[in-house]
Amino acid sequence: MTPNEPEFKALMMASLEGDATAHRALLQRLSQRLRAYYKGRLARIERSATEAEDLVQEALIAIHVQRHTYDPAEPLTPWVHAIARYKLIDHLRRTRASMADVPLEDAGQVLAQDDYVSAESAYDLHRLLKQLPEKMRRTIQYVKLDGLSVAEAASRCGMSESAVKVNVHRGLKALVALIALEKRP
Amino acid sequence: MKTDHLIAMLSMNVEPVYRRQVIRTLSAAVAVGAVVAVGIMLFTLGVRMDLKEPGVFSFLASKLIFTLGIVIATSIYLIKLARPSIEQSAPAALATFPFVAIMGLAAISLSSAPISHWNRLIVGNQWLECLISIPVIAIVPFAVIIWALRKTAPTDLVRTGAIAGLFAGGVSATAYALHCIDDSLPFVAVWYGGTIVLCAFFGAKLGPRLLRW
Repeated sequence: MTPNEPEFKALMMASLEGDATAHRALLQRLSQRLRAYYKGRLARIERSATEAEDLVQEALIAIHVQRHTYDPAEPLTPWVHAIARYKLIDHLRRTRASMADVPLEDAGQVLAQDDYVSAESAYDLHRLLKQLPEKMRRTIQYVKLDGLSVAEAASRCGMSESAVKVNVHRGLKALVALIALEKRP
Repeated sequence: MKTDHLIAMLSMNVEPVYRRQVIRTLSAAVAVGAVVAVGIMLFTLGVRMDLKEPGVFSFLASKLIFTLGIVIATSIYLIKLARPSIEQSAPAALATFPFVAIMGLAAISLSSAPISHWNRLIVGNQWLECLISIPVIAIVPFAVIIWALRKTAPTDLVRTGAIAGLFAGGVSATAYALHCIDDSLPFVAVWYGGTIVLCAFFGAKLGPRLLRW
């Protein structure tokens, strides 16, 4: 258990209630910890550290899209750790590296050190978005990039509000799938 | 893409999350899978005709306790497996318990019968029908539970696939038990147990492909 667990968990609980500020703060703090984790893991198996930022972003999208799978009765750290580790193993498998070298580590390690730089991945969001089906692309553009409310986006797209929400969620999951496809050697 | 931009995008218009979504989705899949399995059995095979005869009901009940034990244990286990987690070995014992129990009872039943009867007790009348029906009926419940699990985030895909297969086999065997007239415990242990384990094997093979996220 890390000393930040109570703080992170409080942010997560607020984020699950729909608090955007808490959600943003949580993702920001987790991104620093994830970056340190992936840099450490990749260095240990002699992989390039430039892949670390790709993984940080994949893990952040996964944490966002899968946040409904967090059980508030449990601590947050092991949940984040399990996602981070799953994404690392999946990445190594897709890029055909041996994953026998990924040791089971203590859950505390994922959130162990701090390492902040304003970092950038190899992914081009706009190019990825263009590959999405029209409905998903437009709803993500309106709701997640232009900052329109769900109601405004619904009237612009001629959809119901729940259809907009569904398309945003599916679109983000589809982005993850597109990123995975790009990794095929 | 800058990580800060991604975070800004993900934090725009954050929707509240329904916390019981995992349990609700999986419960719905369990219910739909069970109804469909029983429906397929009713339309293709039909319920056994001798239900009113003495003793039949207790034989049927013992089979149903075995198969429903598997369904309940795997359902509970799947709710755990559906959430990202590092260690999840504890409920595995729960899922193997019905198998251990039926093997024990089958062994007792065989040991108290003369060896000349063993063949009849194990092979029964309709072993081939059982061998084919349980995996075939399991296909739809398996598809439904996989559909539900794809809305969650399992991190051990082989194990989750295997337990999904075990669940589908258990649901299918429960439906098939309402039709089947072979009542000996060794028959149930070998043919029910074997085909359900076969479903788990296919589930484990398919899991990593179907459940990736």
